[in-house]
Amino acid sequence: MPSITNLVESPPVPARLLDVQESADLVFFSSASENTRRFVERLDRPAVRIPLRPRVEGAICVARPFVLVVPTYGGGERSGAVPKQVIGFLNEPANRGLLRGVIAAGNTNFGASYCLAGPVISAKCHVPELYRFELLGTDRDVAHVSEGLARFWAAQARLATA
Amino acid sequence: MTTTTSPRPLTEVSVTPPAYRRDPLARLRPVNWNRVEDEKDLEVWNRLTANFWLPEKVPLSNDLPAWRRLSPTERTLTMRVFTGLTLLDTVQATVGEVSQIQDARTEHEEAVYTNIAFMQAVHARSYSSVFTTLASTAEIDDAYRWAVGNDLLQARAKTVLHHYVGTDPLRRKVASTLLSSLLLYAGFYLPLYFSVHATMTNTADMIRLILRDKAVHGYYSGYKYQRGLQVHTPAEQDEMREFATALLDELYQLELAYSGELYEPVGLMGDVAAFVRYNANKALMNLGYPARFTAAETAVSPEILAALAPSADENHDFFSGSGSSYVIGKAEHTHDDDWNF
Repeated sequence: MPSITNLVESPPVPARLLDVQESADLVFFSSASENTRRFVERLDRPAVRIPLRPRVEGAICVARPFVLVVPTYGGGERSGAVPKQVIGFLNEPANRGLLRGVIAAGNTNFGASYCLAGPVISAKCHVPELYRFELLGTDRDVAHVSEGLARFWAAQARLATA
Repeated sequence: MTTTTSPRPLTEVSVTPPAYRRDPLARLRPVNWNRVEDEKDLEVWNRLTANFWLPEKVPLSNDLPAWRRLSPTERTLTMRVFTGLTLLDTVQATVGEVSQIQDARTEHEEAVYTNIAFMQAVHARSYSSVFTTLASTAEIDDAYRWAVGNDLLQARAKTVLHHYVGTDPLRRKVASTLLSSLLLYAGFYLPLYFSVHATMTNTADMIRLILRDKAVHGYYSGYKYQRGLQVHTPAEQDEMREFATALLDELYQLELAYSGELYEPVGLMGDVAAFVRYNANKALMNLGYPARFTAAETAVSPEILAALAPSADENHDFFSGSGSSYVIGKAEHTHDDDWNF
């Protein structure tokens, strides 16, 4: 009986390689609750969704640098905070190498574990945690992230040419 | 012994026990956790069972010295706030969650409500644990008499009960989500406020366990509400949105009136009202609707937010900084093994 991790890592459906046109500078995961998708849609910029069922839909491999938007799972354990589909996605070295920053969603009711997926990914991938928001995010969250992403990618472009 | 190979799925030729009320002749089907239709049911079940706790594990008696230092006004306020919470959790455990079993879309959803109902009963009991540990029988009896006699508290409970015993499954979901995500928070404010002032900290720890559960309860009923809404026409969806908005308004006004009686004498009502609005936004978001109140209207004091989530008051808005003074990610330095947790 293979472990769940192995199943996520070796999906029966081959991974889909996105070309540079398809690949966006925003990648997100959203469960069946669609909370994170709703937030990302309001940002009104191209975004790629990490498949909910990578074994059925096929995993994806992105082609350009991106910021990841991720909801926090679980009730407080670090080990369950990052959704397993996101772990599968970041286990792919090509995907992980293009990650530039992470934005985490959560709920302050979870106390010290609020938005825990953000610091976990930030520490493991050595990228900055850019922002935190609750549930679907408020209008202010959407405005901050929209403006922030524009400035972030402008700064990235300057660093690349410096 | 012959093997029957029925071409029709078992779910079509049998019902789950709650359907007996409608169709006593139908064959009954045991819950089968090996055929999960909605993965969210199993995910939430696992989250709920992993979060299970009992008030007996919280060292409430360590709060006795702090309790004795509270003024008589503060002690009465605490007793009333907690008796109010007890009533709402009693409503939710005995009626709110149980009433949703009949509307379940999957057999696993039925099981999840039994779990949530029990946990709400644990919450209701946990306030009694505080009373038993800290207060006298006379003080406890006074608080319960106050709860039965308080018209606003009665109205808060009965406004949601009206929909629980009604005929509309989606209205039940809205009422239940608003109870778990909005109604209790004026009560939760007080122990958080005490913990900011380094008093009654074990009681606050217990409330944090309750808050963690409520987040899952509100999320789940909100999620199932949205799944239920999907099969309705746009006109019906609009009607439900109007209903949810109106019920939120009604409950919000009751919250202000009820909390005002409790918190105005101690000068906390301004911040309590902001905390109620902050949680009203979260209740709406659990139902899939946009936040209603502005950032200014929901500006809860930073200490209270920090008491709720220690990192919530830290600056996690990297975007507001210079944005260029960090090192580009060296993701190559991690290995696959790091992720296999």
